[in-house]
Amino acid sequence: MQPTPPSLDVRGVRYAYPDGHVALHGVDLTVTRGERVALLGPNGAGKTTLVLHLNGLLTPTEGHIAVGGLAVGPDRATLAEIRRRVGIVFQDPDDQLFLPTVAEDVAFGPANLGLRGPELTARVDEALAAVGMSEHRDRTPHHLSFGQRRRVAVATVLAMRPEILVLDEPSSNLDPAARRELAGILRTLPVTLLMVTHDLPYAFELCDRSVILDGGRIVADGPTPMLLDDEELLARHRLELPYPFRPTSGRTPTGQ
Amino acid sequence: MGAGHAHVLYRETDSPVHRLPPEVKIAAMVAFTIAVVATPREALWAFGAYALLVAAVAALARVTAGWLLLRSTIELPFVLFAVALPFIGAGERVDVAGVQLSVDGLYGAWNIVAKGTLGVWASLLLAATTSTRDLIVGLDRLRCPQILIQIATFMLRYLDVLVGEARRMRLARISRGDDPRFVWQLRGFAAGIGALFLRAFERGERVYLAMLSRGYTGRLPTVWQGSAAATTGQWLIAATVPVMAATVAATAAVLT
Repeated sequence: MQPTPPSLDVRGVRYAYPDGHVALHGVDLTVTRGERVALLGPNGAGKTTLVLHLNGLLTPTEGHIAVGGLAVGPDRATLAEIRRRVGIVFQDPDDQLFLPTVAEDVAFGPANLGLRGPELTARVDEALAAVGMSEHRDRTPHHLSFGQRRRVAVATVLAMRPEILVLDEPSSNLDPAARRELAGILRTLPVTLLMVTHDLPYAFELCDRSVILDGGRIVADGPTPMLLDDEELLARHRLELPYPFRPTSGRTPTGQ
Repeated sequence: MGAGHAHVLYRETDSPVHRLPPEVKIAAMVAFTIAVVATPREALWAFGAYALLVAAVAALARVTAGWLLLRSTIELPFVLFAVALPFIGAGERVDVAGVQLSVDGLYGAWNIVAKGTLGVWASLLLAATTSTRDLIVGLDRLRCPQILIQIATFMLRYLDVLVGEARRMRLARISRGDDPRFVWQLRGFAAGIGALFLRAFERGERVYLAMLSRGYTGRLPTVWQGSAAATTGQWLIAATVPVMAATVAATAAVLT
């Protein structure tokens, strides 16, 4: 039996924007099946650019990418399969949800894969159940809370049964409860996970392994607790743990 | 379905007109409008006949005259120009209450106002009895170019998002001391429109990327287009109005 190919295999990916600005300087990253990896890095590090490469939305100037053993290529059939395998949840759920009801939006991906009728309905039900949004299936996405919209956005991608789920800043703009609920959902999903974030506690909570991308290069790769413990490494790449917040009685904001 | 979604014109009741499939209503509305436009302007009686037809359909659709008249004020800016015609028109003059008016100009003004109003009424009746959602389904079934259908679908979805964005920008402007009640502070508003356009443009790009990620290849899957297509009987029923209008138009053309 052959060993399972890694869910994601990025080799020497370099990318220059049309204006000449180089966003990625040779990125190497392997994510094995079932792993949960946090991709950390400051704003402008190239995180989102890398994400857009994973399903062929951008084509690397150099290097190559394979998803579950299938190389990302320019022809239609390969791209269709790659886009099924890589489920990207974009940062702003309003960019992702564009159909009049939640159920229709979740059906969009699998319908593009050619599913019809009861099979399609089953996929939608399964994905909505996985994010706990089943009772909102006929509502308008716009009328849901932000946290609910993000959960629906996750469902729209889950419905395609991806090999790897890629989340771009999943915790941004969520209130603490919605943040915790989403973490609970993400932890139960039986998929490979790549989480792009600069929310370090969230990475610590969900991912055993972290990589730091800065200036278009992978500058660190290791177990999340180890990386987060290296204060100097974090500081060098504009990453910070939140201020240790220990409210004690008798202290006022001015410190008297 | 699509509850609370930009239902500015749609009237949520049940009537024989509401129950007709959207495609036959759209076809009837267009055919009716063509008949009206093709009518010679001198055949004043013909326009009376069209108005009666509109009134009959409105009664059938339980649309009140008040509702129809109030909303037809939308055409005012467009017909305003018509008011000037009798004064500036050349040729034969007629004396009305001591004012010299051009006969040709009077007919021209009548032509614009009568045909415009009838067209607006027909469109309003269509909008009042067909949800925006069904309108898009109807256009699709009439083999309207896919690209137009898609633009309409996105407009439907993103109208709310854009309105929300515009509202947030306005609040931010007012919070910084802008008072749009004064004409000389319209500058802020105008700049806001520009920013809104840019935002809409950028969002459009992100939405498109998110759609590609879910396997979009240029054609929306048609699976969720609920109700069945129109039967011959329904086509015949809906055809009565445009057929009567066409008869009127033909008679008017022969008589004048």
